[in-house]
Amino acid sequence: MSPTAKPSPSRAAESIAAWRVDPQVVAVELVDVSFSYDVRPVLRGITMTIPRGKIVAIMGGSGCGKTTILRLIGGQLRPQSGQVRVGGLSVPDLEPDALYDLRRKYGMLFQFGALFTDMSVFENIAFPMREHTELPEELIRDLVLMKLQAVGLRGAAYLMPAELSGGMARRVALARAIALDPMLVMYDEPFAGLDPISLGIIGQLIRRLNDALSITSVVVTHDVYESLKIVDYLYFVSEGRIVASGTPAEVRASSDPFVRQFVDGAPDGPVPFHYPASSYREELFADVD
Amino acid sequence: MSTEVAAGIAYWLRRLGGAVTGAVGQLGYASRFLLAVLWHTPDAFRRIHLTLREIYFAGVLSLVVILMSGLFVGMVLSLQGYETLKRYGADEQLGYVVALALVRELGPVIAGLLFASRAGSAITAEIGLMKTTEQLAAMEMMAVDPVARVVAPRFWGGVISMPLLAALFSAFGIFGGYIVGVRLIGIDSGAFWGQMHAGVDFWPDVTNGIIKSFAFGAAVSLIAVFEGYDAKPTAEGVASATTRTVVVSSLAILALDFVLTVFMFRGAKLV
Amino acid sequence: MNRSTIDLWVGIFVAIGFGAILFLALKVGNLLTLDRAPGYHLEASFDNIGGLKLRAPVKAAGVVVGRVEAVRLDPKAYDAVVTMRVDRDYQFSKDTIAAINTSGLLGEVYIGLDAGGDPTMLKDGDRINKTQSAVVIEKLISQFLFEKASETGNAGGAAQAPPKSSGKAVEGAKK
Repeated sequence: MSPTAKPSPSRAAESIAAWRVDPQVVAVELVDVSFSYDVRPVLRGITMTIPRGKIVAIMGGSGCGKTTILRLIGGQLRPQSGQVRVGGLSVPDLEPDALYDLRRKYGMLFQFGALFTDMSVFENIAFPMREHTELPEELIRDLVLMKLQAVGLRGAAYLMPAELSGGMARRVALARAIALDPMLVMYDEPFAGLDPISLGIIGQLIRRLNDALSITSVVVTHDVYESLKIVDYLYFVSEGRIVASGTPAEVRASSDPFVRQFVDGAPDGPVPFHYPASSYREELFADVD
Repeated sequence: MSTEVAAGIAYWLRRLGGAVTGAVGQLGYASRFLLAVLWHTPDAFRRIHLTLREIYFAGVLSLVVILMSGLFVGMVLSLQGYETLKRYGADEQLGYVVALALVRELGPVIAGLLFASRAGSAITAEIGLMKTTEQLAAMEMMAVDPVARVVAPRFWGGVISMPLLAALFSAFGIFGGYIVGVRLIGIDSGAFWGQMHAGVDFWPDVTNGIIKSFAFGAAVSLIAVFEGYDAKPTAEGVASATTRTVVVSSLAILALDFVLTVFMFRGAKLV
Repeated sequence: MNRSTIDLWVGIFVAIGFGAILFLALKVGNLLTLDRAPGYHLEASFDNIGGLKLRAPVKAAGVVVGRVEAVRLDPKAYDAVVTMRVDRDYQFSKDTIAAINTSGLLGEVYIGLDAGGDPTMLKDGDRINKTQSAVVIEKLISQFLFEKASETGNAGGAAQAPPKSSGKAVEGAKK
């Protein structure tokens, strides 16, 4: 059930609407994307495809550029080289109005929820509806309650974000992310810092909502266990490059050293234990001169 | 010159140059930011309840501080002024002196400084915290411009609140001056109000005070929202941004006060 | 904090803020008494206007009847030409004397009008012919000393030249 969108004559909007219609249109495509913050290169030649309707996980250690990929897809950053295409449109080349229309089709779940702390749970979820549609308040109220019901928090509608536990806040943020029935939902570390029950809940919600609403999901995470349970495909990123990829079954069976270290959680392997340093012996005996 | 000294000098020159370019760059960035904030002014007023909310938080919640401070400043002015004026037999001019000092200078300036410390720091902390907890990024990803929704209403809330607060400060100060001068010290009430009434002109005294408070309000609000928006998204980043707001705002108020006073009162009441 | 409470408080705040501004304008400042009331203009020339300032009051018998509107120097006669606005309700005779007075030693400087007996009244744009300039204390003192010196000089001998006057008038201690 899609809320009435404000009339928008841009080409981009029509193209985005075509997602629902054409199953051949790939949802997200990165082709040889490179990006650096100032001089430090974060991504080098990343190529990945995210098909429509699937959940794809982007995995890697902390600070390897996973969140940067989300920002590139969201149009907050421009790559130095390569292409970022969403629904066939090149995101960095979009004009502000077209980018605006594109973002209305996105949902994003931030790492710790990023709920607006000065509003109640209800208002947080109503926010995108009030900003982007002209629905009457009664209809908004019903929609908000439906979204909350989907994540199991209808009873918490009038609490303030400060009164929620971490898991509950994450679920509210998820409800807000799907408030306008987006085409693409991005999850930035949805499993970080949650208790086991909440982990299971979030994982299941991601899967069920993806299938129920026919959306495409990109999950950036380093939680292997939960990801393998729910995603359709995984990409492994290390030092700005894609080092491995595959379906959960392929990944579990993989003999790639990086994948193995990641999946098994081994302290040492292709990602070294020791931070680069000079010879241990030399440093210890340095002052004995 | 040995290579070490040359290298040392080069190092400090590079740092100086870097600092200067950095400062100029910041100034340019701040100017672009101001333009962006002003550009979104229609948004701030179309969603008037956003701006009203900010007037509440910046203005109404500052009332207690402002009124109390105004009262005390007026009382002290009266006390101190009386001593000096009595020496020249001009103690009947007390009302005039107190009113002029407040309306022209102390009202806008002190109210501005108090506003910067109370409301300015609060605005910076709020915006900085929203940045740290990714609320601003979330808004952006929801295709809502944070400058329009978060920054512009707070800017205009401050600009609208400041002149009102300055006027209230002056009014309460004059009342405090009256309490001390007439009730405590015993100056003739008629002389107190009469000399004041005759001497303080609406133009230029009162209006210039109002213009000053608008200028201060704009300066403080702009600095506050800019520092918040530009803060490093960490706890220390927000803390240092908040202190920077108070320090820079205060200096800006005093500097602006000097410049405006020179322009306004240079030729006042001369024949 | 719901919207109506915020609206209420903001309304109160803005109301008392404007009230304060009005108070400052009317009770503290003299907005309405700036006599935008209808009046007519008169001119007068003085050798020395002393500390007379713009918007200084014009009084007759101690009652404020108008304000000084403009002051300029006559380039030919080198005296000060003062333009004042007088309330339409008051008429003054053609032989009125305009004098520059000070209320008290440190008080404000104003123009005092002393009406005469001439049946013809001054009209808008007329010039007051009889004027009395400001009292310059130094000139008074030097005059006094000169007279005293002449007396003793006539009686005894050495005449002293009057000390040079600085020409500065006693100004109202308004600032």
